[in-house]
Amino acid sequence: MPPPLQAQRLLLSHRRLPSSHRRRFTAVSSLPSAPAKTVAAGQAPSSILSIRESLLSGERTAAEITADYLSRLRRTEPSVRSFIHVADAAAEREAEELDRRIATEGQDAVGPLAGVLVGVKDNLCTANMPSTGGSRILDGYRPAYDATAVRRLREAGAIVVGKTNLDEFGMGSTTEGSGFQVTTNPWDDSRVPGGSSGGSASAVSARQCVVSLGSDTGGSVRQPASFCGVVGLKPTYGRVSRFGLMAYASSLDVVGCFGSSVVDTATILSVIAGHDKMDSTSSSHDVSDYKSELVPLDLLESKPLNGMRIGIIQETLGEGVETGVISSIKDAASHLEQLGSVVEEVSLPSFSLGLPAYYILALSEASSNLSRYDGIVYRYGRQVSASDLNELYGGSRANGLGHEVKMRILMGTYALSAGYYDAYYKRAQQVRTLVKESFKEALERYDILVSPAAPSAAYKIGEKINDPLAMYAGDIMTVNVNLAGLPALVVPCGFVEGGSTGLPVGLQMIGSPFSEGNLLRLGHIFEQTLQNYSFVPPLLAES
Amino acid sequence: MALTLLRGMRTPIVARRDAGLFFTTLQTPLSRFTTRAESAHATEPKAAPKSIQLATKEAAEQKTQGFEAVIGIETHVQLSTVTKAFCSCPYSYGSQPNSTVCPTCMGHPGTLPVLNTKVVECAVKLGLALNCEITMTSKFDRKQYFYPDLPKGYQISQFDIPIAKEGYLDLDLPVEFGGGHRRFGVTRVHMEEDAGKLLHSESGSYSQVDLNRAGVPLLEIVSEPDMRTGIEAAEYGAELQRLVRYLGVSNGNMQEGSLRCDVNVSVRPIGQSKFGTKVEIKNMNSFSAISRAIDYEISRQILLHKEGQADQIVQETRLWDESSQKTFTMRKKEGLADYRYFPEPDLPEVVLTSEYIDEIQKSMPELPEAKRRRYENMGLSMQDVLFLANDDNVARFFDSTLEHGADAKLAANWIMGDIAAYLKNEKLSIDEIKLTPLELSELIASIKNGTISGKIGKEILIELIAKGGTVKSVIEEKDLVQIADPAAIEAMVDQVLADNPKQLEQYRSGKTKLQGFFAGQVMKASKGKANPVLLNKILGEKLKANS
Repeated sequence: MPPPLQAQRLLLSHRRLPSSHRRRFTAVSSLPSAPAKTVAAGQAPSSILSIRESLLSGERTAAEITADYLSRLRRTEPSVRSFIHVADAAAEREAEELDRRIATEGQDAVGPLAGVLVGVKDNLCTANMPSTGGSRILDGYRPAYDATAVRRLREAGAIVVGKTNLDEFGMGSTTEGSGFQVTTNPWDDSRVPGGSSGGSASAVSARQCVVSLGSDTGGSVRQPASFCGVVGLKPTYGRVSRFGLMAYASSLDVVGCFGSSVVDTATILSVIAGHDKMDSTSSSHDVSDYKSELVPLDLLESKPLNGMRIGIIQETLGEGVETGVISSIKDAASHLEQLGSVVEEVSLPSFSLGLPAYYILALSEASSNLSRYDGIVYRYGRQVSASDLNELYGGSRANGLGHEVKMRILMGTYALSAGYYDAYYKRAQQVRTLVKESFKEALERYDILVSPAAPSAAYKIGEKINDPLAMYAGDIMTVNVNLAGLPALVVPCGFVEGGSTGLPVGLQMIGSPFSEGNLLRLGHIFEQTLQNYSFVPPLLAES
Repeated sequence: MALTLLRGMRTPIVARRDAGLFFTTLQTPLSRFTTRAESAHATEPKAAPKSIQLATKEAAEQKTQGFEAVIGIETHVQLSTVTKAFCSCPYSYGSQPNSTVCPTCMGHPGTLPVLNTKVVECAVKLGLALNCEITMTSKFDRKQYFYPDLPKGYQISQFDIPIAKEGYLDLDLPVEFGGGHRRFGVTRVHMEEDAGKLLHSESGSYSQVDLNRAGVPLLEIVSEPDMRTGIEAAEYGAELQRLVRYLGVSNGNMQEGSLRCDVNVSVRPIGQSKFGTKVEIKNMNSFSAISRAIDYEISRQILLHKEGQADQIVQETRLWDESSQKTFTMRKKEGLADYRYFPEPDLPEVVLTSEYIDEIQKSMPELPEAKRRRYENMGLSMQDVLFLANDDNVARFFDSTLEHGADAKLAANWIMGDIAAYLKNEKLSIDEIKLTPLELSELIASIKNGTISGKIGKEILIELIAKGGTVKSVIEEKDLVQIADPAAIEAMVDQVLADNPKQLEQYRSGKTKLQGFFAGQVMKASKGKANPVLLNKILGEKLKANS
C-alpha cells in the first residue's frame, strides 16, 4: 500500500503568502513527507465537525459557540453587510435551549447539526422571520412556512442566524441589485462578493456563520463562492426541494449551499437533499451520506485520482477570461494530474450558445413567476393607493420592484409575446436541448468536467452596474450547467492579484446528474491536497 | 322537452362596478326537487317555454330568410374532487370567504403546485365519455393575465396539448322542438384551475377578494361550431350536464357556477362557407337562458345583416340580461388577448398508460346516449325515452323495475304518470320516495294477473309511495283482492237488480245505458274489488235474460 498522502503544512496564519513567494503547485509525490500528526485535519478543517466535537465533549456549549459567531458577525457586519436580517436573539435562545436539552436529555437528543449557525439567503422562506427576496415589494413579509431546505436544517438542529443579502429575487451577479443594501467582499471591501447569493457567500467567508444556503439559477452560488473563496455547491436540478424558494426561473432554480470546507458542504447537502412531496420536480433519487464517503487526508493514496478522466472545457479558457484566472485553473488542472487523473481539453461546441438561451428562458419564466408580486395587499407585499386596477398594479410594481428586475420582466414578457415566442422561447429551448446533449456526450468520455467558475475574480463595486451586458457575460461559465440541470461544485483553487492580499479564484467541477458524491469526493481530495493557500479572508486576520 | 330548459332558471343580479362589470348569482337554496317537479310537467303551459318556442320559431323563420347561425360553446365544469387541483385545500360552495385557502392556492412566494391525480382521472373519464382521443403525454401551461382574483398572476391550464381532443357528443332533441338526433363535435377537453371571486362593496368604493375557489379544478370543454339554434346549444349544455352527473365528476350545478357556458354566435348567409364575425355571450345561468340568449343574438345579427349594417357586428363579449331578455355589450375586444402561454415548469408532464385508461374505461357507467338507444330499442316512444334516460335517478329506478321483471311500457307509464305527478305535488325526487322498484314491478304484475284492478293499483301506489311497505301487505291489510268468483259476483248482481226495481223497469223499457248504473252499484257493493270484466259479462247476461 502506498504511503498516505499528507498535507505539507497547516497554514496557521489567516494571511495568504505574498504572491511573489507563492509557489506554483508542484507534484504531490515530490513533496517532503514529514508531517506532524496534528496536521491530519488538512487544509480546510470542518467547522461542523469541530462544533459537534466540542458540544459532545462538553468542551464548549452551544451558547458559547453561538456567542463566538455572533461577536464576529457584529464586528464584521458593518463592513461586509451580508445580512438583511440578523436573528441574533432567536439564535441565542435556540442555542441555550440546545444546551438545556443536552444537559437534561443527553447528547443523543440533539440533531447532527446541533449548534451549527446557518445563514439563509433571503429568497428562501423562513417561518416568522422576514423573507423579502431582496425586494422592497416584500418588505415586511413574514411567511407562515419554512422552505423545505430550511425546515430540514432546523430539524437536524441547525440554528438560522439570519437572512442573507442577494440581488433582488436572485437577479444579478453582484448583490448590488438588492433592494436593501450592498454587500462587500470580505477579501476587499471595495469589491462585490458576487451574486446573486453574495450575502450567503460573504457570510461564510467572513465566518459570520458556519454554513449557508443559497440558490443557483445561472451561477448564483458558484460565482460568489469563487469571488469569496468559499466552497459552493449547485446540486442537480431536483436534488433539493424548491418549496419555499421564491421562484426566479423555475426550470433552472436550485437550492445550493456554501461552506468553508467540502466536508461542511457535503454534510449540509445530505440534510437538505431528497424528494419532497411539496415539489413535484424534486427527485426521488437516493440521497447518500455524502460526508461519510469522503476519504480523510491521512487515508489517501499517493495517486488517489488514478483512473479518473477529467475534461477541461476548452471554451472556458479563451477570450474574455482573465489571464490570472486561466493560470489558476491550469494550475488546478496540473494539481489534479499530479493526483493521478488524466486531464484533457474537451470542446463543448454549444457552449457559447448557452448564455443567450439562458437569458431568454430565465427571463421568460421570471416574467411569469414575478406576476404574483402585484400589490394586492390582501395577500402580501406593498401596495400603492390607486383609483383603478391598472394604476394599482403599475404603481405597486413600479414602486416595489428594482430596476434590474423590471428590465428582466420586460425582456421576458417580450420573449413570450405572441409572434415572438417561436423566435425566442422555443428557439432557446432547442438550444437548451443541444447544450444538454453536448454535456451528456462529454460526460460519457470524462468523469468530471472542469472550468473556471467565473471569467474574473471579484470586481469593484459599481464597475458593471451600468453595463448589464458585461455583467450577463460574466455568467458564461455557469449558465450552461443550469440549462443542463447538472451538479457543479466550486472549490477555491488559487488567487489573482487584487485587493490587499489577492483575490480568490474558484475551480468549477461539473458532473453527471446526481453525481454530487463524486464531485464532493474529488473536491475534498483537491482541497485537502492543495498547498500554500489559505482561504480565510484578510478581514479576519486584521482583528 | 322544456324540462331541461326549465331547470335552473333564476334571475341574475347584475352589478355595475367602476372598474367594469361583475356578475354574481343569488345563492338561492334551490332544491333539486323543484327542478324535478318542473320537469315532470313539461307540457304545462309556462311563460318560459312559450317564449323559447316563440324564439325558436322566430329563429327558424329567420333561417329561411337566407341566413344561418353558427354556434360554438366553451363549457367550464367544476370538478367535485375532495381537494383542490394543486394543493390539499378542500372546497365547498358557500363557505365563509377565505376559509378554504392555504399559501399555495393564495400564490404565496415559494409555494409550488402539486397535481391532484383525481383531476386527471375526471378528465380522462369525461374525455372517454365524449368519444375523444386521450393524449398519452400532455402537459400544463401557464396562461398569464393580471386580475385580483388570480393570486399567481397566471392560471395553470393546458394550451397546445390538451388531455383529450377530437370527440363528439350525441343527443336527441326534445320532441316538442321537432326532435331529431344530433352529433356535435368536441374540439378538446383540458384541465385547469379556477380563479377566486371578487366581492364588491355596496358603495362600490372597494372590492374584496375571496380565494376559496382559487385552485379548484375545472375541465374546459370546447365544442366545434356545430350548433345552429338556441335549442341545439341548450341541449348540448344539458347533455354535458347529464354526462358529468352520470360520471360523478361534477354536480353540474349552474347556479353555483359548477357548470358555466360561454357561447360564440355568428350568422352568415346560407351557402357562404366563411364564418361571420362572432360574438361571445356570457352570463346565462340556465339552459333556458342559453337558448333565449342565442336566439335573441341570432335575430339581432340577422336584422343587422338585412339592414345592411353587418359591419355593426363586431368581435365583442355581450352579456345576457334576464330582465330585458336582451344581450348587451360588455367589452369590445381590443385585438387578440395575449396570454403569453408557456409550459408550466413547476409540474412534470402528465403521462398516461393504456392500462390506466383501460381501467377507467371499464369503470364507466352506462351513459345517457347508450341508455336512450337501449330504451328506444325496447319500443318506447322518444318522449318516454328522453324522460326516462335524461335523469340518472329516474333511469336507475326504471332499470331496476325492469330487472324485477316488469314490462317496459307499463313501467314507463307508471313512472311518467302517477309517480311523476306525485313527485311534482310533493316536490320530491324519485330517489326520495318510499316506493321501491321491486314493489312497482309487483304492482304491475298484480294488475296483470288480475289480483287487483288498475284502479285499486293506483290507490296502492299512492300508499306505497307515501308509506312504503309491499304490494302484498297493502292488499291484505286493506282486503283489496279482486273478486273474481262468478258465483259471488252473480249474487251481488242479483242483489243489485232486486234492490233497484225501478231502474230495472226503465232498462227494460229501452233505457239500456242504465247498465252502467247497475255496474257501478255492483262495484260499490264489492267495494271496488269486483273484477270489472267478469262483472260486466254477468250483468249483461242477467239483464238480457230478464228482458
